[in-house]
Amino acid sequence: MSKTQNTPGGVRSKTVADYLNDENIRAIIYQIVAIGLVVLAGWYLVSNTLANLERQNISTGYGFLNLEASFGISESMIDYTPQSNYATALMVGFLNTVKVAFLGIILCTIIGTIFGVARLSSNWIVRKLATVYVETFRNIPVLLQLFFWYAIIPGAFPAARNAFQPLPDVLLTNRGMYIPVPVADNAYDFMGIAAIIAFIVIYFVKKWASKRLDATGQPFPIVWASLGIFFGLALLAYLVGGAPTAMDIPALKGFNIQGGYNISPEFMSVLIGLTIYTSTYVAEVVRSGIQAVPNGQWEAAESLGLKRSIALRKIILPQSMRVAIPPLTNQYLNLTKNSSLAVAVGYPDLVSISNTTMNQTGQAIEAISIYMAVYLGLSLITSLFMNWFNKKMALVER
Amino acid sequence: MTFPSDNDENSKSNGPAFLQLEKVGKKFGSHTVLDNVSLSLDRGQTMAIIGPSAAGKSVLLKCLAGIYPVDQGNILINGQDISEKQPADQGHWTDKIGMLFQQNALFDSLPIWQNVCFQLIENGTLKRKDARDKAVDLLGLVGLDPDSSKLRPSDLSGGMQKRVGIARAIANDPEILLLDNPTAGLDPVLSNHIENMIETIAKKRMTTVITVTNDMEIARNRYDYLTMMHEGRVYWSGSRNQVETAQNPHLTQMLSGSSQGPIAMRTQNRGQHLVA
Repeated sequence: MSKTQNTPGGVRSKTVADYLNDENIRAIIYQIVAIGLVVLAGWYLVSNTLANLERQNISTGYGFLNLEASFGISESMIDYTPQSNYATALMVGFLNTVKVAFLGIILCTIIGTIFGVARLSSNWIVRKLATVYVETFRNIPVLLQLFFWYAIIPGAFPAARNAFQPLPDVLLTNRGMYIPVPVADNAYDFMGIAAIIAFIVIYFVKKWASKRLDATGQPFPIVWASLGIFFGLALLAYLVGGAPTAMDIPALKGFNIQGGYNISPEFMSVLIGLTIYTSTYVAEVVRSGIQAVPNGQWEAAESLGLKRSIALRKIILPQSMRVAIPPLTNQYLNLTKNSSLAVAVGYPDLVSISNTTMNQTGQAIEAISIYMAVYLGLSLITSLFMNWFNKKMALVER
Repeated sequence: MTFPSDNDENSKSNGPAFLQLEKVGKKFGSHTVLDNVSLSLDRGQTMAIIGPSAAGKSVLLKCLAGIYPVDQGNILINGQDISEKQPADQGHWTDKIGMLFQQNALFDSLPIWQNVCFQLIENGTLKRKDARDKAVDLLGLVGLDPDSSKLRPSDLSGGMQKRVGIARAIANDPEILLLDNPTAGLDPVLSNHIENMIETIAKKRMTTVITVTNDMEIARNRYDYLTMMHEGRVYWSGSRNQVETAQNPHLTQMLSGSSQGPIAMRTQNRGQHLVA
C-alpha cells in the first residue's frame, strides 16, 4: 500500500477492492484456499483414522510384514512357502500382477492391431468379422468375461490322467496347461547376461550406423546386424555354459502331473479375458490412428511411385502413431488396473493376497496403502515409458 | 511472343502426341466425374485447365498421375497405354510424372529436405547427403532459404508449403508435370516468379506441363493451350491465340467471371433471403 500512496502525479491510492480485483492477487488467494482445504481434509482423515484405531486397540505400522504369512499361494514366480513372511507374500502377488499385466499389454497390442487393421480391410467378410469381434467383446463387462473364461477353461479340458496332448510333451488338463522347460543351469544365466550385453552393443552400433548414414549416405543393415549380435552372443553364452540339453518334462505321476511349467486356469482366464477385452479398445485406437492420416498422404506417396510398404512405414505409420499413442497408454493403464479383477477368479494377484493379509492381520490401511502405491507406481512407469516413446515417434527421422 | 505449340515442327512430324487422352471417363459410384475427355499435348507444351469447382479438374490430374485408374478410354504416354494398369504396376511411369497437389499433401512425418527428395532417396538415385544439397538447390529455385530445409511442413506458412510441393514435384526432372493450383495463395510477385519457372522448365527441359488454375490472367497468358472443363466434360480446348476469337459461351463466362451465362450456380435460390 505504501508504494502506491507515495507515487506522485495524483495517482489514486489503491483500495482493498482494487487488490481483490487484481488477477495475480486473486490467483494467489485461490491457491491458498485450495491448499488449506486439502490440508484440512487430510488432517481430518488422518486424525479420524488414528482415533478410531486407538479406540479399537489396533496398532498401526508396517511391522506385520515380517510376520509369518502361514497361508499357501497357488502360483508364484519366486520361492514361497506358508512359512514365508507377509512381505514375501505381497511380493508374490505383485509379481503375479506384473506378469499378467505385462503379457496382457503385449498380447492386446498385437491382437488389437490386427483387428484394427482388419476393420479397414477392403474385404467385406474380414471387415464385418472384425466389427463383430470388437463390438461384442467391448460391450460385455470385463468381470463377466473373466467368469466366462474361468467357466470354460477348466471345463473344456479333461482330468489329469486323460490329459490332452496337442503337441509332444505339452499337456492340457482341467488344472491348466503344462509345458516342458529347460532344467535350470548356469548357461541360462550366462545367456541373460549376454542378452543385456547384446542390447548395449546394438545401441552403439545403431548410433554409429545413423552417423555414417548422415555422413556418407551408406545405409547399414541394422536389423540383420542386431539380430546377428543378439542371437550370436546368446548362442556363444549357451555354448560357453556347456550347452545343457536337460528338459523338465511334465508327466503323470499318480493323480497329478509333475514337472514342467504349469500355466494355471486362473492365470489363463485372467490373461485371455483382459487381453480380449482390451484388444477391442486397442483395435479402435489403431483404426482411428490410421484414419486420422489424410488420404492425400497416400495419394502423394503414390504419385511419387513409392511402394506401399515404404509409404506405410515412413509416411503413414509415424503420423498415425502420434495420434494413437496417448489413447493406447490409457488402455495399457486400464489393463493394468483391471488386472485387480483377478481376485474374482482366484488368481493370486496383489489385491487377492492383500485381501488375505488384511483378513489375517487386520492391518487394512497398511495393506491398502501398499497396493495403492504399487498401482500408482505401475501406472506412472507405464505413462513415463509411453511419453518417452511418443516423443521419440514424434521426432522420427529428424 | 511466339506460340511454339502452334508451329512447333516436332509436334507435327512425330505423329501421335507425347501425352494423349482418348475419351477418358471416370465414375465415383454412380456419379460421373470425367466424361469423354480427350486431350493431347507434346513434349515441352503447356496447358492450363480452367473450370468451375467440381468440374473434375483435380480428378483428371490424379488419373494422369496414376492415382485413380480410369473407367473408360485410354491414357497414352509416348504411345504406351497406362490407363488399364493399376497404380501399383505403373512403376516407371510415376517416375516420369511430378505432381503438386491442391492441398500440397506434404509428408508431415519428414523434414522439408526429405519431403523434396524422398523419391530420389528411396529409389537409390541419390545418397542422403547429396539429396540434402539437391533439396537446398530446389528450395532456392522456388524462393525458399536453406534454413527451411530442416523444418517440418507444419512449421511453414501455406504459401511456403505450396512452394515445397512444387520443389518436390520437379525434384525428379519429370517428363510430365501436373500442377494443381500452383499459385493459389501466393502473392503476385511470387506467383509471377513461379510461372516464369514453370515456363522455363517446360521450354528448356521439354517437360509437358498441365496446370489447373483459377487465375484467368495466368491461364490466358502463360500457357500454350487452354482447356475449359465443366461437369466432367471438356467444353472448349484450343491454343492461346484461338481464345480471343472463340465463340463459346462457357469459356466466355469463365474467363470474364460473369454470374450470367450457361454455368449456373446450383443454389436454387435457397438462402437468398439471408443476403437480401
